[in-house]
Amino acid sequence: MAKLTFKTDMCKGCGLCVDACPKKLLVIAKDKINKKGHSPAEITDESQCIGCAFCATMCPDCIITVER
Amino acid sequence: MVVFEKPKALADVSMHYCPGCTHGIIHRLVAEVIDELGIEGKTIGVAPVGCSVMAYNYFNCDMVEAAHGRAPAVATGLKRSDPENHIVFTYQGDGDLASIGMAETVHSATRNENITVIFVNNAIYGMTGGQMAPTSLPGQVTQTSPYGRDTNHCGFPIKVCEMLSELDGPEYLERVAVNNVKNVRNAKKAIKKAFENQINNKGFSLIEVVSSCPTNWGMTPQKALEWVEEKMIPYYPLGVYKDRSADSDK
Repeated sequence: MAKLTFKTDMCKGCGLCVDACPKKLLVIAKDKINKKGHSPAEITDESQCIGCAFCATMCPDCIITVER
Repeated sequence: MVVFEKPKALADVSMHYCPGCTHGIIHRLVAEVIDELGIEGKTIGVAPVGCSVMAYNYFNCDMVEAAHGRAPAVATGLKRSDPENHIVFTYQGDGDLASIGMAETVHSATRNENITVIFVNNAIYGMTGGQMAPTSLPGQVTQTSPYGRDTNHCGFPIKVCEMLSELDGPEYLERVAVNNVKNVRNAKKAIKKAFENQINNKGFSLIEVVSSCPTNWGMTPQKALEWVEEKMIPYYPLGVYKDRSADSDK
């Protein structure tokens, strides 16, 4: 099973990872807010993650670490 | 097993770029290539003027800040001062490289200076607030072309790779994009080849990266990447424009 780690406080909530995910597992957490004042990205169902790292490839701020 | 993490050559700080700006992706690709080639200790980057003016804060290798457009000239000096031990790259935007720095770009290319140039083309002046750049598309609305770029009045965009490919000097010219995962991976291959060319003393390599500017284009990051696909890439076709070593092998 793949594991995603987000550096949530560095996220700018641009949503490029959300579009890149082939399984549509990522969302922008509208109900949360980080230190920068953005709503950060998070994963909804980690058990479905295939660890393709597409999200991390498209993340401009390099906040996602992918383990498999 | 870790399959993706931040490269070591990229500093662990938050970048100042706007949300969804693809500068971050291009920074990471350069840092990944520096890691993979194991050249962090002898790499010197030259930062431009423009949005990426503070690139020196984001790379862990040595960095120099050049005057507007003069990055290839500074890089020439750095490389010639110790060609064996310096790997020198410049990181420039379209306002820096294609406007005020055009002379330095063309002349370092025609001298086949042994440096690597990363040219980020987002068709607008980002840092100064979205004015028309030499690379702005015909009809593109910017702060200084509110009715769209009129080619009768402002001329046509400069296609840097096509233009430089007419010179006999440059070793390697390629245009890539970072609007989807496939293109990001191709961009990394191109950047790696550009650094390898320098290590193998082949000469001037320029990688033009078609990039986005959600803030000044007035779009969401997602729409900006769609605009890259629909408008930018048809005008700036991706591909290798010059590969002297491969051409001479034929």
